[in-house]
Amino acid sequence: MQIDFTHKQSAHCENGVVSNLMRHNGFEVSEPMVFGIGSGLLFSYLPFLKVNYAPVFTYRVMPGLIFNRFAKRVGIKVKREKFKKTGDAQARLDANLANNNPVGLQVGVFQLPYFPEEYRFHFNAHNMVVYGKEGDTYLISDPVMEDVTTLTDRELEKVRFAKGAFAPKGHMYYPIAFPRTLNLEKAIVKGIKHTCRDMTAPVPIVGVRAMRWVAKNIRKWPQKLGTKKANHYLGQIVRMQEEIGTGGGGFRYIYAAFLQESSKVLKNEKLKEFSKEMTEIGDQWRDFALEASRVYKNRSVQTDAYNKVADQLLDLAKREETFFQALRKAV
Amino acid sequence: MKKGEVPQHKSILESANLREMCYAVDENGEYTTELSTGWNPKTIALENALKEIEERVEDAKQRVLANEASPIVYYMELHKMDLSILSSYVGLWKWRVKRHFKPSVFKKLSSGTLQKYADVFDITIEELAHIHP
Repeated sequence: MQIDFTHKQSAHCENGVVSNLMRHNGFEVSEPMVFGIGSGLLFSYLPFLKVNYAPVFTYRVMPGLIFNRFAKRVGIKVKREKFKKTGDAQARLDANLANNNPVGLQVGVFQLPYFPEEYRFHFNAHNMVVYGKEGDTYLISDPVMEDVTTLTDRELEKVRFAKGAFAPKGHMYYPIAFPRTLNLEKAIVKGIKHTCRDMTAPVPIVGVRAMRWVAKNIRKWPQKLGTKKANHYLGQIVRMQEEIGTGGGGFRYIYAAFLQESSKVLKNEKLKEFSKEMTEIGDQWRDFALEASRVYKNRSVQTDAYNKVADQLLDLAKREETFFQALRKAV
Repeated sequence: MKKGEVPQHKSILESANLREMCYAVDENGEYTTELSTGWNPKTIALENALKEIEERVEDAKQRVLANEASPIVYYMELHKMDLSILSSYVGLWKWRVKRHFKPSVFKKLSSGTLQKYADVFDITIEELAHIHP
């Protein structure tokens, strides 16, 4: 059985699943809109948490938050289910498909067969839509893929019950109730205000303060950890910023696209200027990644190179601080 | 980033026939999307991360062959895992898994426990116990 479902590729998996599920239910909402309303943009530094033996840097909010905030702000209801037993998880999925209801699934990437081997890390917050089943093969719409794909029931069970941090536990979700019309205006304002608050928050682990903290640490890394580890950490920053799903520039370009679209919805010309500025900030993040990659490419570098990268990050922190303070007043 | 500037460098994505989506502005300043085959700075970052894992695997192998660590350590590294991921997959406390890293403890493991590890790594108990140099 196959549900009539339109697959559309997106930059980021969670936005993409939400956007595709909304379209299926008759509401055209773009990926940047989902990301912006769900206040997806962030910067966060969690030095006490290690992934792949390097601290966690993130340019977006925690998995699942984007959809939750988006749903709350536009007034849709989402049903979420998690399972203890694999059998139950499959039965509930099959029941939904039989009901002509495509569902979103949270899965682990490590055992996802259609991903290139090199990309399979223990990352458990990937999202996809299942839109049908033929025999024991499930029809999959994975938003980061150009085309739809398939997984056998065995393969799907493995990725739904991946273990480790953020273990999905068969997590399945789908919207169940919609308002008659989507009231985007209010939702956009709420989304923007929330992001501005996050980015300028007076805590050291999020927003521009976190960028400054990372910059400070980058200067210390070569002496404290040795160049090998320092380069490994720098590489981790670049990967989190630019890897698949970010749309480039640590989600800054997606956010700029959101601001541009919002300026039309809210008929607010100022947001157009903010969009342009955000694009330039994105470009500056790309330059930062390029500079960082130069450092870890030539293995024997002087500490001066690390200072240069740190300076760039400080510039970015300053620029984003001014940006979000001004943006807050513009909506 | 302008649409024409979206990098199209060679990367690992090519082998899987995959392109990733980037957001960029067109000539009128309007946002649009463009598919990218890869960008060198991040390809290098990924390659370095993979090299790091390879080194860890090789190092683990040498330690197992020198009888300083049990084969579980080797297979853990091979599967890009760390202690907490592995313990969550086998369903044992971290301190127990850590004990099983010792060759002396590993030798005394029951076949049931060994089977748990073998299942996680998708190998037989025989393969788990003997790694090839």
